[in-house]
Amino acid sequence: MPVLIARRLDEALDELAAHPDTTVLAGGTDLMVELNFGRARPARVLAVDRIDELRQSAGGSRVRLGAAVTYARLLRDGAGSRALEEAARTVGSPQIRGAGTVGGNLGTCSPAGDTLPVLAALDAVVVLRSARGERRVPFAEFMTGPKRSVRRSDELIVAAEWDDAGPAQTFVKVGTRNAMVIAVASLAMVIDRARRRVGIALGSCGPTILRAPDAERFVRVLCDEAGWDRPLRLSEAERTELGRLVSAAARPIDDVRGTSAYRRHVLGVIAGRALARLGAA
Amino acid sequence: MRLVVNGTPREADVREHESLLTVLRERLGLPGSKNACEQGECGSCSVLVDGELVCSCLVLAAAADGRRVETVEALGSAERPHPVQRAFVEAGAVQCGFCTPGFVVAAAALLRENPEPTDAEIREALAGNICRCTGYGTILDAVRRAARITT
Ligand SMILES: Cc1cc2nc3c(=O)[nH]c(=O)nc-3n(C[C@H](O)[C@H](O)[C@H](O)COP(=O)(O)OP(=O)(O)OC[C@H]3O[C@@H](n4cnc5c(N)ncnc54)[C@H](O)[C@@H]3O)c2cc1C
Ligand code: FES
Ligand code: FES
Repeated sequence: MPVLIARRLDEALDELAAHPDTTVLAGGTDLMVELNFGRARPARVLAVDRIDELRQSAGGSRVRLGAAVTYARLLRDGAGSRALEEAARTVGSPQIRGAGTVGGNLGTCSPAGDTLPVLAALDAVVVLRSARGERRVPFAEFMTGPKRSVRRSDELIVAAEWDDAGPAQTFVKVGTRNAMVIAVASLAMVIDRARRRVGIALGSCGPTILRAPDAERFVRVLCDEAGWDRPLRLSEAERTELGRLVSAAARPIDDVRGTSAYRRHVLGVIAGRALARLGAA
Repeated sequence: MRLVVNGTPREADVREHESLLTVLRERLGLPGSKNACEQGECGSCSVLVDGELVCSCLVLAAAADGRRVETVEALGSAERPHPVQRAFVEAGAVQCGFCTPGFVVAAAALLRENPEPTDAEIREALAGNICRCTGYGTILDAVRRAARITT
């Protein structure tokens, strides 16, 4: 298992083109568990955590977050998305946040990956690059199933990009305790007041990250009525209806972390809570 | 591979899938970092790599070539303990002691960034460390005490 530490992007892309059986390594917080327990035996490893282009981010009206930015760095420097920072804060522990990256979360592509509902709700694009060129894939098309994505073996995840959506965005995660938990259910909600856009996405509630289009439409109408630049106050009936629409969008399963009925229930509750919080923001 | 461990340049022959934890313990004679879960859950292998707190069991050694590593051994010794180590002893926060190096490294990293943490901040900073013995009360005491010693 040769290990190549890439310093430049073109060097990494050439290596992937020459050896499609290469496994990419970023922070190692997913991959090393597989290695330590003998569940993965990569033919070769390409470390991408020192490639400058993957470690850079840019704010402004179009946000770009490099794939190899760790959660710890993103929390120190800001991510250009409040909801993404909230999601990063819930990942694992300080030790996991010190090494783990957003690119690794995308690479693993678990339905429980905490950054993924946020990227979905932001309508982010995943920037993939190979020696042949660059593809920009909307997150909704990037993830195709549990731990499956459209990434080809010669492609590197380079960055995620999205339009700055302003302050009205949040991420809520439900787990069995406060730290070190995989989400039982999670939800990201974005109300982009400037673009008059609503994004609601659910994690751990189906084979992929799911959008809740009916719930998004419902919130859009509420914002139309209240005025997009005004605070939104929810009636009890509206809160219940939002919860119902969000629960209906989920396709949860029963597993060791929770039953599908519990997941649906909890999604309705956190959706109401998220909108109440954002209405004021 | 080369590392700068606790300020000293070191070289080691490493096997391909070996973690940094294995290299520290078995190749470089630094058994302070403990091996318990090898999956990032317990924090007993905590070290700083280029100043960042990580689980050394989740660092592929061969990919860490050239990095700066600080282990619990660098913090203090029996004769000259680090304030966090002194506070752990004084607060009775050590029973079997297996988890202690990891807690000490994580707590020292916290106090370096934030010399006067609140209780909530201490809990958050130690959320990646597990202790089977103490029930955490005395460990929180120890970190509060260390913060008083250092400020
Ligand atoms: C104790 C513990 C707690 C955890 N808690 C959480 C949690 O609360 N929430 C959560 O979402 N996750 C959690 N995780 C999982 C993990 O930390 C995250 O998925 C993290 O984002 C992975 O990033 P990494 O850089 O460490 O990935 P790595 O392990 O380096 O890589 C993960 C996968 O992505 C691929 N990959 C990485 N970078 C790229 C790239 N640039 N291009 C192409 N492929 C790439 C790798 O080949 C590999 O398949 C936890 C893990 C542990 C061990
Ligand atoms: S041995 Fe590394 S976290 Fe448990
Ligand atoms: S003192 Fe025994 S595990 Fe913490």
